[in-house]
Amino acid sequence: MSGYFITLFTGAKSLLVGMGVTLREMFKPVVTVQYPRERCAITPNFRGHTILVRDAETSTHRCISCKFCQMDCPSGCITVISEKREGVKGLTLLSYKLDFTKCSLCGICVEVCPTSALAFSAEYELAGFASDEFRYDLLRYMEEKL
Amino acid sequence: MHGTLQITAEIVRILVALVVVIGFTFLNVLLLGYAERKISGRIMRRPGPMEVGPQGLLQLVVDGVKLVAKQFITPVESAGPLFRVAPLLAFMPVGLSFIVIPFSNRLQVRDLDTGLVFMLTVMSLNTFAILVAGWTSNSKYSLFGAIRSVAQSVAYEIPMLLSLLSIVFTANTLSMKGIVLAQHPVWYVLVQPVAFLIYFIAGLAETNRAPFDLPEAESELTAGFHTEYSGMGFSMFFLAEYTNMFFVCSLAVVLFFGGWSGPPLPFMDYTGAVWFLLKVYLLLFVMIWVRWTFPRVRFDQLLNFCWMYLIPFSLVNLLLTAVVVKI
Amino acid sequence: MGPQHPSTHGVLRVLLEMDGEHVLEPEPVLGYAHRIQEKMGETRSWPGFIANTGRLDYLSALIYNHGYVGLIERMTGIEVPPRAEYIRVITSELNRISSHLLWFGAFLLDLGAFSPIMYAFDDREQILDILEDVTGARLTYAYFRVGGVFRDVGDDFAERVRAFVKRLRSRFKPIYEDLVTNNIIFINRVKGIVGITPELAMRYGVTGPTLRSTGIRYDIRRNEPYSVYPELDFEVPVGSCGDCMEIYQVRLSEMEQSLSIIEQALERLPDGPFRNKVPRKLKIPQGDASFSVETARGELTYYLVSDGSDIPYRLKVRVPSFSNLSMLKELCRNMLLSDLIMTIGSLDVVVPEIDR
Repeated sequence: MSGYFITLFTGAKSLLVGMGVTLREMFKPVVTVQYPRERCAITPNFRGHTILVRDAETSTHRCISCKFCQMDCPSGCITVISEKREGVKGLTLLSYKLDFTKCSLCGICVEVCPTSALAFSAEYELAGFASDEFRYDLLRYMEEKL
Repeated sequence: MHGTLQITAEIVRILVALVVVIGFTFLNVLLLGYAERKISGRIMRRPGPMEVGPQGLLQLVVDGVKLVAKQFITPVESAGPLFRVAPLLAFMPVGLSFIVIPFSNRLQVRDLDTGLVFMLTVMSLNTFAILVAGWTSNSKYSLFGAIRSVAQSVAYEIPMLLSLLSIVFTANTLSMKGIVLAQHPVWYVLVQPVAFLIYFIAGLAETNRAPFDLPEAESELTAGFHTEYSGMGFSMFFLAEYTNMFFVCSLAVVLFFGGWSGPPLPFMDYTGAVWFLLKVYLLLFVMIWVRWTFPRVRFDQLLNFCWMYLIPFSLVNLLLTAVVVKI
Repeated sequence: MGPQHPSTHGVLRVLLEMDGEHVLEPEPVLGYAHRIQEKMGETRSWPGFIANTGRLDYLSALIYNHGYVGLIERMTGIEVPPRAEYIRVITSELNRISSHLLWFGAFLLDLGAFSPIMYAFDDREQILDILEDVTGARLTYAYFRVGGVFRDVGDDFAERVRAFVKRLRSRFKPIYEDLVTNNIIFINRVKGIVGITPELAMRYGVTGPTLRSTGIRYDIRRNEPYSVYPELDFEVPVGSCGDCMEIYQVRLSEMEQSLSIIEQALERLPDGPFRNKVPRKLKIPQGDASFSVETARGELTYYLVSDGSDIPYRLKVRVPSFSNLSMLKELCRNMLLSDLIMTIGSLDVVVPEIDR
């Protein structure tokens, strides 16, 4: 008989304590960031799609067309086309295509590049209407945006 | 001559009351729906609706328009015309219950002598509508929801009635206005707190609100008895649920919190409604608060709780009230 | 209970034989999320598969990374600098806490409480922000590398992690305990419903918090230690009777123990390099080996067969959720539907890792 009343009182008390918790939480500030009216600060370490870095001194990319990134990419999404020009030491990069629909952002290309020509961008607002919009031409991206 | 004038005055009064009632129902649902979403948002540390209109005020209006514009899909396996009728059955008690609620001293459509009994009868029609909806949907989820709901409602009618009976004993009348007027020096919630608690819990169960919302348990039954309804049918159930909540709380205010009584305002005969509505919305706030705090009670535990705890307490309360009133 | 259901955790289909409200026998049907991960293990080079490991179980991705790179390091004998080991342990434990927080929220959502998931996710966001700063991703991490980690942690890492630990500890009592653990409705729903006996658990190969709730104290971090866990002082919480309440308590205690591990590891974090030099084309000597780690769900084992080249010959992944779920058929006979859903929730099943 006393067990009946004990259960009743401890139960009722636990329910009231729980209600007190939610009441307290109701008066705390909102945690949500109302995107797109407000935006969060993105850390510089964020892994957006890769970009060709524009070197500060030479004012162009650092890629030497060694094709390590193309060979080591597990998803096979990098295509590097280059040619040997007269009088120019080494290979000249013609086009660097990244198929972002296959990229898994593993970072092997960034690591393996001997000249640190690749880096992660901070692009996170990616929405498009066709998959072709995500087949990036990184050389042109560097020319236009950076 | 005098007779016809009186009759036309009556008819005009009834028509005005009808328009006010239907308008008030929809307004109430708009307000209550908005309040629920905002309050639930705040409990979860998020802002609630913010996009549509300033601070999301027009959200429910837009939702209503969307629901009306949707197609009322009748599944091939549903059983005939009753499938379409079920939402209307759920909505029907709404209009009827409004007749006896005293918003203030003069604002009451009709003060029946047995107002309380009438109100309880009409409120229990909701169960019938749920059963019809679940049965005629001919789908396993809906059937489960409907059966659970019927068992739950039938079980929780009893403590509700018993706790209200103790109020009837204390007030010595069944008319709603009479009960409000009888609460003169002190509100009945202070005289009969146990009855209020039992009535409130039973009210939560009657309106299928959490923690007793098994008939529409989303995570178990994908929307329970109204799984198969879309568009206007769903909105009717939605309206019926919110209006039922309003009625349960307004009954609690009339019976326990002194109806329209409060600090005096000019034209108290009419503006008493302000206090009435304030109290009702306070109780509705508590209902919403409870919903977003607790997990769901399992079905047999629900019935267990009713039979083992609520009914004995309400019976004892009734007996004590009877003894005290006689002395 | 089809693959599209609000409360199966992933695309899981459970066939139920029912008698009214009672489930006579449930039978899980798998395979809806198969992604040929093990075949991909045979066509990608060693470092290339690390991104895949993060996708196997996206909730404890770092621990999956750890198993794979640990296996390759075991086969090749490559050393890991101590700083990298400690960073691995700290980030793995943070990942474990975030996985348990998500489980907590989802479990309560199945039971019908809508607020605790938001509170748990509030804490989880803090972890995800910290890990985003370190690894660059929020959920499917590919941060560990053979011989260390991808990038060193920032200067404010220790401070942020300490602030997080303090905040989560202060929230355990008021939110997790008062709102949920002591709640009478919750206790009645969860306690005494299903009893996993130690014998049943061992027969099906169950591991993780589910096993520890039956009383068997088996944790890979203690029984087959790896990385720097032997140097850290933590307890392995066990239950006693194997019901869902015990599983719940074990997971909450594990969260607290993880906090303690993180604090100790932060104290002892040494300076130094974060990665040892590893040749670009790593060739693994011929042979086979296996490596086990303790994920948030149980024991994860990678088994590798190499034929001497730089691409594996066969990679086999033994996931904990598969064994945990296979117990369902025998465990949940003659149960109410609500209880079945609650039990599946408490087993903490992530279906994509079962289907790989």
